[in-house]
Amino acid sequence: MAEVKIVGFLCNWCCYAGADLAGVSRFQYPPNIRIIRVMCSGRVDPVIILDSFLYGADGVFVGGCHPGDCHYLRGNYYAEKKIEMARRLLREAGVDPKRLRLEWVSASEGERFAKIIKEFTDEIKALGPVTFEKEAMEAACLAAADYRLRILATKERELLEEGNKYGEVFTRHEMDRLLDDLVREEYEAKRILLKLKEPMSVKELASELNLKPNIVLRLILDLKRYELVDLHEIRDNTPTYIAREEHAQ
Amino acid sequence: MTEEIRIGVFICHCGINIGGVVDVPTVVEYASTLPNVVHAERNLYTCSSEGLESIKAAIKEHNLNRVIVASCTPRTHEPLFRATCKEAGLNPYLFEFVNIRDQCSWVHMHEPESATEKAKDLVRMGVAKAARLEPLEELTSDVIPSAVVIGAGISGMTAALSLARNGFSVHLIEKEKEIGGMLRNLYRLYPTDELAEEFLEQRIKAVKEHKRIALHLSTSIKAVEGYVGKFKVILDENGVEKSIDAGVIIVATGAQEFEPEGLYEYGGERVITQLQLEEKLKKGDLDWAGIKNVVMIQCAGARGEVVGYCSKICCMNGIKNAKLIKEAHPDINVFIAHNELQAYGEEYELYYRDAKKAGVRFLRFPLERRPQVRRSDGKLIVDVFHERMQLDIPFEADLVVLSVPLVQNPDATQLSKMLKVPLGQDKFFFEAHIKLRPVDFATDGIFLCGTAHGPKDIGESIAQGYAAASRATIPLARGYVHSEPIISSVNEELCVGCGICESVCPYGAIEVVETEEGRRARVTGVKCKGCGTCGSSCIRRAIKMYHFTDEQLMAQERAAVVTEVIS
Ligand SMILES: Cc1cc2nc3c(=O)[nH]c(=O)nc-3n(C[C@H](O)[C@H](O)[C@H](O)COP(=O)(O)OP(=O)(O)OC[C@H]3O[C@@H](n4cnc5c(N)ncnc54)[C@H](O)[C@@H]3O)c2cc1C
Ligand code: SF4
Ligand code: SF4
Ligand code: FES
Repeated sequence: MAEVKIVGFLCNWCCYAGADLAGVSRFQYPPNIRIIRVMCSGRVDPVIILDSFLYGADGVFVGGCHPGDCHYLRGNYYAEKKIEMARRLLREAGVDPKRLRLEWVSASEGERFAKIIKEFTDEIKALGPVTFEKEAMEAACLAAADYRLRILATKERELLEEGNKYGEVFTRHEMDRLLDDLVREEYEAKRILLKLKEPMSVKELASELNLKPNIVLRLILDLKRYELVDLHEIRDNTPTYIAREEHAQ
Repeated sequence: MTEEIRIGVFICHCGINIGGVVDVPTVVEYASTLPNVVHAERNLYTCSSEGLESIKAAIKEHNLNRVIVASCTPRTHEPLFRATCKEAGLNPYLFEFVNIRDQCSWVHMHEPESATEKAKDLVRMGVAKAARLEPLEELTSDVIPSAVVIGAGISGMTAALSLARNGFSVHLIEKEKEIGGMLRNLYRLYPTDELAEEFLEQRIKAVKEHKRIALHLSTSIKAVEGYVGKFKVILDENGVEKSIDAGVIIVATGAQEFEPEGLYEYGGERVITQLQLEEKLKKGDLDWAGIKNVVMIQCAGARGEVVGYCSKICCMNGIKNAKLIKEAHPDINVFIAHNELQAYGEEYELYYRDAKKAGVRFLRFPLERRPQVRRSDGKLIVDVFHERMQLDIPFEADLVVLSVPLVQNPDATQLSKMLKVPLGQDKFFFEAHIKLRPVDFATDGIFLCGTAHGPKDIGESIAQGYAAASRATIPLARGYVHSEPIISSVNEELCVGCGICESVCPYGAIEVVETEEGRRARVTGVKCKGCGTCGSSCIRRAIKMYHFTDEQLMAQERAAVVTEVIS
């Protein structure tokens, strides 16, 4: 059986130090994780996480300081929301969101770090090597780079706690629904964008992507409005569309 | 044309710490096959003077422009290897650390083969990042040799005097017409029982007479700009706007007494707070003739009743005032109803014993059943629950004194926003680290002392005043500040000026400004601490986080899972 590969992003001040302490104290854990040091968990961009999966990580671990302990005060609060966003996108791409794990580990929790990594490695081993459609994960990466999802991931906490500018506070439930809808929409839009490397009609896209034609049409019109997609030609009375080159990579 | 990348890899045995588990020669051999690697060697101890010399020699001999050490942890050894690179004429930020001890050989001791494979992967990841490293220059900026101290209570006066005596000019800002703070309202002070007025007098005199202290009375802060070394503080002094330049800022704005509105029949002349009691004692206008019984209620409004915390000074303060009343009027009964008393340290314990000796009576109540105050036939009754007897015992009182907590001033929120420093859960100003940096804010150049930071007594407030002054003296005396160049930077062509980055930065280091091209975010290098949160939040991915760029992190992450070499 192929060994699973795990990429870990650990913040310099707490989790990375906790991992060092695990070493100093010789707490053993499975060797599957490859650790990358970042200054703060808030640095970990969902795009980078999804890119790790795209390139073959079977699991991604993000480790930060406990709430209130972030060396930069609030980085880990933002990290939490970004990770949730990445998890939603993983789900869209057909990957079990359990493969992405966020934990708070302090510099003194060496033993706990080893335990968590063992647990997580076992979990990923049980899930086995990751499988997904390449285009699906690419669409997830593109969606993570999209400005709407990035605004929402950053502003979510504020909207939940302080409300919007009219002082209307979102409930957790409303926020979840909003996020689910928006994430799905962005993801589908990016899938369309990727498909449109070749010119296609709404009907063709709908059947390829297993979506309702009216949804495809609406997303295409959005993409057109943002100048990501152009009308290609009218073929037998049916318009076909194509992505602008720079956007579909 | 870009310069050819020439990486040197130094793999450390760390005695047997690494070499005993990881097959170091195999890793060296592997490293030398990686793209851009022109030299790979192993050392028994890379951090020994021999190891460091061999890094320097290899930089010269192989014309290296990137150096990787695969050994222990950057948290302890990065400064050393960076300095070595610098000595050999290489920009220290072209150095990359790979941890194959703490996070490899030590944690996979019983799996040498997997550990060796992992070490190879980690080195490959390091090479991928190193190839993308850029030289960075340390930032330096001058420090204006003067300070702004906000708040002229005992802690702010202490800090101001200490700085002035060290030769720096100080602007002491006070919103009231007089300096002295809370102590101006107090009668006598524990644990010495001296008169607050006398205690203050000499200190106020010293502050007023010091030629390097400029007092700004009836003054409020309107705005704060800048960063360590170059703050600009805009004042409203008696309606006149003034601007002051300073290198450092000390926050010493104190606290105020909680107003127990709606609790314990508070109000009027007969249910008062400790502060109101002290004001009366000071003026001497309390009519003792009608008073036979005094009951003090501790933790009123504190420890879960309204605020969550313990206000720390009220036990000693209650004991003080009870003792003073009892000593002056031995025939009056004085009770202190408390949940548990804290008279910590020898001096305070002795003080408590004196109060007991003077005849103060102590009644203990459980926190879940605090005393109740009621009025009956024009009399005040305090019911105190007796835990062992499981019943309320009524005490008639002619005067009820509530020991209420210190709470933050309401205008502190505004001040914290202007200074971009945080308030904690209890709304007091929040230090950078409770043990390691108790009087610093996380933001460089701003310090903290006194009850603005949470309840504490005069001794502690003074100690913090000295501490804050001494911390502030470091940049003032040195005259310049250095900061790491690991900071963010904005690609103004991509930025749309949305301000998301500004909203997440805890240091106000990135701000949206008007430019000729429209609104764009700009980074103030010395303020940025390099957390990278703005970068991962930017809606246009327009922010580059130096030394941890998207490109570098993605190269690392891809190299972690893809074994074919990516150059
Ligand atoms: C009833 C009572 C009795 C006490 N008895 C004792 C005792 O016996 N012994 C003892 O050791 N301690 C005692 N204390 C505690 C003592 O009062 C404090 O430790 C001390 O006052 C703290 O000093 P400070 O300078 O930090 O704050 P403060 O004395 O509160 O001074 C803060 C100053 O800052 C000013 N200020 C606030 N905000 C601003 C602003 N935005 N701009 C400009 N200026 C501002 C205020 O006007 C004030 O002058 C007592 C406290 C109380 C409430
Ligand atoms: S978040 Fe990005 S686009 Fe928005 S202002 Fe900041 S740098 Fe500009
Ligand atoms: S990297 Fe962190 S400190 Fe620097 S500007 Fe961005 S958010 Fe602020
Ligand atoms: S520094 Fe550890 S999470 Fe921010």
